[in-house]
Amino acid sequence: MTNNDVSQGGFAEAGADLELVGISKRFPGFTAIEELDLTIPAGSFFALLGPSGCGKTTTLRLIAGLEEPTTGRILIGGRDVTATKAYQRPVNTVFQSYALFPNMTIMENVAFGLKRRGIKNADSLAHEALQLVELDHLAGRKPKQLSGGQQQRVALARAVVNRPALLLLDEPLGALDLKLRRQMQVELKDIQSEVGLTFLHVTHDQEEAMTMADTVAVMNKGRIEQMGAPQDLYELPQTAFVAKFLGQSNLFTGDVVTTAKSSIVVDAHGTRIEVPTDRAQRHNGRITVGVRPEKVTLHDSAPKADSSRNVIGPGRITDVSFSGVSTQYEVTVPHHGAISVFAQNTSISSLHHDGDQVWLSWSVGHTFGLADEAEGEPVSRFHADLDTSMIAVQSRKDLEAELEEA
Amino acid sequence: MAFTAFSGTAQAAEPAVRKRSPIALLLLLPGMFYLILFFVTPFFSLIITSLQEPDPLRFGEFNNAFNWQNYVIVIETYWEQGLRSIGFAALATLFALLIGYPLAYFIAITLRPFPLLQALGLVLVIAPFFISFLLRTLAWKQIFATEGPVAGILSSVGILEPGTAITGTAFSVVFGLTYNFIPFMVLPIYSILATFDLRLIEAGNDLYGSPATTFRTVTLPLSAVGVISGTLLTFIPAVGDYINASRDFLGSADTTMIGNVIEANFLVLSNFPAAAALSLLLMAFILVLVGFYVKRSGTEDLL
Repeated sequence: MTNNDVSQGGFAEAGADLELVGISKRFPGFTAIEELDLTIPAGSFFALLGPSGCGKTTTLRLIAGLEEPTTGRILIGGRDVTATKAYQRPVNTVFQSYALFPNMTIMENVAFGLKRRGIKNADSLAHEALQLVELDHLAGRKPKQLSGGQQQRVALARAVVNRPALLLLDEPLGALDLKLRRQMQVELKDIQSEVGLTFLHVTHDQEEAMTMADTVAVMNKGRIEQMGAPQDLYELPQTAFVAKFLGQSNLFTGDVVTTAKSSIVVDAHGTRIEVPTDRAQRHNGRITVGVRPEKVTLHDSAPKADSSRNVIGPGRITDVSFSGVSTQYEVTVPHHGAISVFAQNTSISSLHHDGDQVWLSWSVGHTFGLADEAEGEPVSRFHADLDTSMIAVQSRKDLEAELEEA
Repeated sequence: MAFTAFSGTAQAAEPAVRKRSPIALLLLLPGMFYLILFFVTPFFSLIITSLQEPDPLRFGEFNNAFNWQNYVIVIETYWEQGLRSIGFAALATLFALLIGYPLAYFIAITLRPFPLLQALGLVLVIAPFFISFLLRTLAWKQIFATEGPVAGILSSVGILEPGTAITGTAFSVVFGLTYNFIPFMVLPIYSILATFDLRLIEAGNDLYGSPATTFRTVTLPLSAVGVISGTLLTFIPAVGDYINASRDFLGSADTTMIGNVIEANFLVLSNFPAAAALSLLLMAFILVLVGFYVKRSGTEDLL
């Protein structure tokens, strides 16, 4: 049977590979996920990062078995689980809403999954899991008597105690304040490396994804835009969405005017910006290039010509915000709009002031070239059918579905 | 180590919002007045009546006394009807629960994505109330009549001897009670299930609980309050019901319940002390039973 290894009591020895093959999920009226292929290697900490509504939670629910994909297959450890029910899958979820059972004590909550699988020493394992999240002393309480952060840790213990091949985390730290979040991030990472499970972490917090995950996939509009190690994604974003969603970026669009062996030059409103060829996704026509704000240096006067640096200016500082370790400047340059610059506060004298005229420069090697254009609204992948006839058709379908259900 | 920062309980004491205010007492006055006039007064009048003795000279008149033997006499005379009432009411409550819970679950949870159908389902549950209780019970008498459709079909397929009555049997009385009290079972259960967090079912399934196990361990315990109030709302009026078991409706002399006895003693036999004693005994029985039941179920907040 398909659920043997789950219901017959065995713990996962190690994490399992997760493979999504051609997954699509359509809901009446919109498509949440379109043709998603994704492989998560066993034992990795994988983050699915995206704005709300990008399909990341739907992906998680599909893997957990709480939704059925419209098309495609889901494989866990090489076994096709597409047709199995949620309770038959070797997967556990830490729900965003915790979803602790209010009628049970903390102990009973944590032991729930073990008892369903008929594991003998369920209670002692549950105590161990509670010790891991340092809540064993509250084992006899009801969830209602715990704070939000404590409930979150119980939800984590309740999932981890089952040693699932794959642990799904749905924005599990969303309800915590910053300090607790940092602590939990460290703790989660420790648990993951200690236990060696495969973690799939869904979040919209790019900082959380980058600090915790080995691999980050940035998802947008039901599709993975880019996937890779956090630093690769940050240093070399391939699309305008990734460049803007993961950290901040200054983007410039222009035509390629010179193509050399090692680099290409873009003419953006009369400013020449050079990009190393291997850091650009496209090498001809109209392309968008960019640079991260912390890579940009401010100058009081026009810097000397230097072939290894791109220079823009002069511009005027329109906003200065001091944040302790660094200062964020906003510089308005004619034709280029506002450009952000993060400067380390290494010396007091380097402070610039609002209204100062400045030049900007950065190393050519820090420039990246994108595969798509940043200008204008990105073309939506799924057209929202909002004309009245479509709405009429949809409401008719809803009604029919409702009647059929009855 | 990482958790020490939030291992302390974060239970803030609730601020005392209750304040004594003369306005609150003022607002309570009409209710208190109503209760004293229409509940406390008749209650004491009932106690006094239950202890009266017959006037030795005038037939049908009673004098105040402390004739506690009235209670012994009614128990001796009517214990059979009393036990029958409890049995019928318990059966009706059980059947109402077996029918009502799935119905409430269907309306509250299965139909939750379809608000229109959900509202329709609720209306259908409540709709019988738009027609008088008596009329509906009379209608069932017609349906179950010896010449009626149910008897006709059953006898034509040989389940029932032709000419056998369905009305006047224990079946028809329990059926009538069940039918009449189903909404009282459905509505409290519905109101609990309507706010039930479906994510808990998902969590149960995610933690290897099959749908049946998840229902038994999560959904049912969390809807117990609805089941308890539903069973009380069904059982209490069913025990004292005198319409369904009446020979004018679905009952006969063999199905007489305690309500019919009280009615007969008050209105036909004019034996007011016996009727009053029976009423008080019924009241005491229900009070004890409910107290015990609620205590066992651990939901004192119902009382």
